This record gives sequence, structure tokens and C-alpha cells, in this order.
Amino acid sequence: MSTASPLLALEDVTKVYHMGDVEVHALRGVSLAVEEGASVAIMGASGSGKSTLMNIIGCLDRPTTGRYLLAGEEVSTLDRNALAEKRNRTLGFVFQNFNLLSRTSAIENVELPLLYAGLHTRERHERARNALTRVGLGDRMHHHPNQMSGGQQQRVAIARALVANPRVILADEPTGNLDSVTSVEVMAIFQQLRDSGITVVLVTHEPDIARYAGRVVMMRDGKVQSDKRQAPMRAVPDTAEGAAGGEA
Amino acid sequence: MNPLQTLRVAIRALLRNKMRSFLTTLGIIIGVSAVIAMVAIGEGAKAQVEAQFASMGSNLLIVLPGSTTSGGMRGGFGSMPTLTWDDLRAIRTEVPTVKYAAAQLSSGAQLASEDQNWSTRVYGTTPEYFSIRDWPTAMGSPMSDSDAEGGTKVVFLGQTVVANLFGPNANPVGQSVRIKNVPFEVKGVLSEKGQSSWGQDYDDVAFVPLKTFQTKIQGGLQQFISGQIYIGAISEPATARAQQQITNLLRDRHHIGPGQDADFSIRNLTELANAQEASLGTITTLLAAVAAVALLVGGIGIMNIMLVSVTERTREIGVRMAVGAKPRNILAQFLVEALTLATAGGFLGIVLGLTGGRILASRLHWPMLMRPDIMVISVVFSALVGVAFGLYPAQKASRLDPIEALRFE
Repeated sequence: MSTASPLLALEDVTKVYHMGDVEVHALRGVSLAVEEGASVAIMGASGSGKSTLMNIIGCLDRPTTGRYLLAGEEVSTLDRNALAEKRNRTLGFVFQNFNLLSRTSAIENVELPLLYAGLHTRERHERARNALTRVGLGDRMHHHPNQMSGGQQQRVAIARALVANPRVILADEPTGNLDSVTSVEVMAIFQQLRDSGITVVLVTHEPDIARYAGRVVMMRDGKVQSDKRQAPMRAVPDTAEGAAGGEA
Repeated sequence: MNPLQTLRVAIRALLRNKMRSFLTTLGIIIGVSAVIAMVAIGEGAKAQVEAQFASMGSNLLIVLPGSTTSGGMRGGFGSMPTLTWDDLRAIRTEVPTVKYAAAQLSSGAQLASEDQNWSTRVYGTTPEYFSIRDWPTAMGSPMSDSDAEGGTKVVFLGQTVVANLFGPNANPVGQSVRIKNVPFEVKGVLSEKGQSSWGQDYDDVAFVPLKTFQTKIQGGLQQFISGQIYIGAISEPATARAQQQITNLLRDRHHIGPGQDADFSIRNLTELANAQEASLGTITTLLAAVAAVALLVGGIGIMNIMLVSVTERTREIGVRMAVGAKPRNILAQFLVEALTLATAGGFLGIVLGLTGGRILASRLHWPMLMRPDIMVISVVFSALVGVAFGLYPAQKASRLDPIEALRFE
């Protein structure tokens, strides 16, 4: 670990849900540090606590006990508004089912975070256009989600995640709804983002996908079972279609 | 996110479901158009009443002579002459709030031109009478003091009488009309007055000078006025005072002690007009209240659809929150959607209310009077309805948990 403080630091984080009278211990003391520019895959069976961990890292949820430092700042005690601001400025989300707004064009979907950041129309357009070009959709800006393939929709979602220049992109099963060829294309984009200095944390249960990350954290029963660093495999798309900016 | 951006997002969301948005605003549209149409028609009726009383004459008081009592049977007011010519002179000279006072004697009579005849009421009066009733002459010349004093055989005809004796739009000035077989020269034709609110035709009349009336048409008592006294007060607020002063004067002159019934009565038309207007105002208020209830029902419709919309768009709310929307951004978005629906409904309601009111008014020959302040109030009120009924769904949306919302199917 480098001498600089890590970008994400969880210290003995627990999370308890109350389902009626039953207490569900989703996390039972997780400590994890991720340096800036890393790519981490969080793996585990369903119920292992990996989604809960992701929600806490993504400032969508707060730990029951323990500390979470995001870029050196304690965020586990922030209120809903402050957490929204962290999600808006520091974090970017990519979901398994894309979660694009229907009947809304690609560029408008990408602009969404900038709308809440309070940017003016012109700057929003400019930055959304750049983000879409970066994921290779420069020519589909005005397409609606239902006019696009799954891979294209996920690339719109990635553009939306990176448009506000976040320091971390969190991806929850980003290839879960994609075929293997498209999955590789999407992973190639994530690797490009990581190369440009953005920290990428992704949750997956597919070992094939985890191979593209530089570190694999295995969760089990709300705890970190193993935490291994590895030489990531380069994602090389089969066709020119997946390459960023490569689509005609 | 600034208000303009919020508004734009809200309008886009509403336009995505055009039919539903329209149906949702329909409640407000109907409510507001009902308010607009009802108030317009109510105000129109009020204005009509005002105009009718104004055509009777402004600041008008009518003094009626008292009742007869014979064998325990009491006649109505006017059944016995109790007012004297001296009373009239006293009213003219001693009451400061009285501007004009004129006697009006009347008799039914058959009028005949060369080839037509017509039964109408003939009145004997003095020139002041026409000032009291704001009744100018349309053709010929008005009644002069010399006519009144000289007892000349001239007659002044109302428009209906002219139409029946000489044909419509005829000019009878200078021609001869026989009243009770006495020839009179038509000296003037009065302008058109229209109908009273109870359907009496003000233009079906003929006027002759007072002295002529007494000598040629109805030989009456010399001392008493066998008719009514019309009085014009100096101003509208002075009318009530004039009524009081004349009452005091006449009670004094007729030696009526305190607690005794007066042998005359005074009708105050301003009071009557105000009473009728007030009752119309009550009806208008009631109609507006019913319309306001319709508006509230419209508000409930908006709340209902907004609640459905929040549930339907739970995922969208989750996505917006995940990319950085604060609870208040979500609150504002749904509140502005409700507000936009309600305000648009308000404007459409005004258009519908004005058109509907106009069609109704022209079909039923009702008068209509549009008040701009009611339009402004309607729009403001519907906006308030939108905020009031949009608040709960918007709050519900803003309090959603982003994780739950994203997981919503």
C-alpha cells in the first residue's frame, strides 16, 4: 500500500437490516482500502454481502457501525443531501439493468447528473457529447434506449457515470445482462477508464469478468474471505464495434 | 437545479403521457370553467337589475297616499288620497335633500289616431318628472313649464304607443291624437325605456300636462293629489336621508303622533335595487362555492394521478437519486408537475368558461359580465390546489430510499 491515504477506506464496517423482528447481518465487520486508480472486483455468492458493500461504498446506504472514508472524508455520518452530493460529484454508477430513463434520448440520459450539479444547458450538452463520444456512441446521441442494443445501452450508462468526472465508478454486475462478446467490449471501456486514472470497483459473480480486474475481493457471509491482487487480463474486443470511438 | 430546468423536466414528463395529463387536468378545467361561467352570468344578472332600476330613475323615491278604512275593511296604500298639493309644495321647498318632486296622476284611456286606436295609461305630470326618471325626448320637444301651467292640449307619447297608433318608426310630431274624444297635438315622443324586471312596458304610456289632465281627462279633487309623488333626491347616498326627512315632514303636516300608523308610504327604489342585487350576489356566491367544490374534486384527481405516477416512476426516482438528485430536487419535480397540471387546467378552464358562458348566455338571452379579477383568482386558486394536492405525492417520492427505488420492478 502506498503512503498516500487510500481513496476508499472502510474500517470494520457492519450493516444490520431489520426485517420485521428478524435482524439480518449483511456485513459483519469489513475493512477494505482501495487506492486511487485501482480496479477491484468484488465477488461472492448471493447473500454474501457484496451488494450491501457496494451500496455503502456508493453512498446509497450508511453503515450501522464502523467508519467509511471517501477521499479522506468520513461519509458514514452524512445526511441524505450530503450523500447525494457525493454520488453526484465523486461517484458514478453503472447497473446490471442499465437503468436508463425510457423515452429519453441518450444525450439527455447522460446529462442527468450534470442537471443536478447545476450546470448550464450549453455546458451540459458539451460534456455529455464528449462522454458519449468517449464510449463510442458519438453518432447515437439522440437515440432512445428502446432503439439501442444492450451493449449500447450499457455504454450510455457508462457515459452517464463518467460525465461528471467522478473519481470512482461503481459497477454492479455490469455485464450481467450482456452476451460474452458485448461483455468484453464493456470491460474494455472500464479498462480504458482505469487507465485514465478513474478507480473502478465492480461487483460480479463471474470469474471471467473478475479476471479483468487488478484485485479480487471475495466476500462470504458478510466478511472478506480473500483479497488477492493479480495481473489483470487485457480486454480485447473481437470486432471493431466495441472499441471506444471505433463505431462508424 | 434552477426552477426553469425543473419546469422543463416537469413539462417533458407530462407530455410523455399527454392523454393522461389532459384527463387529470379535466377536473380543474371543469371546476374553473364553472366558476368563470357562473360568476359571469351572476354578475350579468346583477348588472341587468342595476340597469333596470336605473331606467326607473336614479335616486328615486315614490310617495304613495294612505289607505282608506271603511267598516273595518282597510284598503291598500293609494286607495284614498291623503296627499295634498300643499304637501307637494312643502316637500319641494322644505326638504333640502330633495332635488325634484312631481305629482303623477294616472288613468287608463283609449287613444285614437286617424286610423288606429290603442288602450294605454295616460299620466298627468309636470316637466320635473322627466328629470326624475332620466327620460329624455327622442322626437319633438319636451314638456315645458308653460305647457304644465297653461293646460295646453299637448301629449307626449311613449314608443310603444307611437308604434301602435302610427306604425313603427313613424314621426307623429304635430299630428293629432284623441284622448277620450278630446283632440291633443303630439308635441314630443319619449326615448325608449324598455321593460321593467317584472315585464311592464315602460314605453306603453302617454303623458299630458298636469293641469290638462285634471281638466280634460279626470276631474279630480282640487285639494288632494289622486296619484303619487315622484321625488328625485340630490344624490344616491342622500336618498335614505330624503326618505326620512319627507316622512318626518308629512307626519308633522298630517298631525300623526308617535306610534300611530302613517297615512302615506314611501318607496325607496335604491333600497329595492340593493336588496335585489344582494340576493343575486348570494346566489352568485353559492354557485361559486359549488364550483369551488368541483375545483377541489379536480385537485383530488391530480393527487390520485400523481400518486400513481410516483409509484410507476419509482425506478426513475431511484436513478435520479443515484446520479445525485437530492430529496428536494425530487420534491420540486413532482410538485412542479402537479402545479403545471393545475395551472394549465386553470387557463384552459378560463377559455372553456368564457366560451361556454357566452354560448349559454346567447342561447338563453342572459346577460354576461366577465370580471378579470375572478379569472386571476381562479388561476391562483387552481395553482394552490395543485400545490396542496401535489405536496403529499411529491413528499412520498422524495422520501423514497434510493436502493429500494432502484430495485423496484
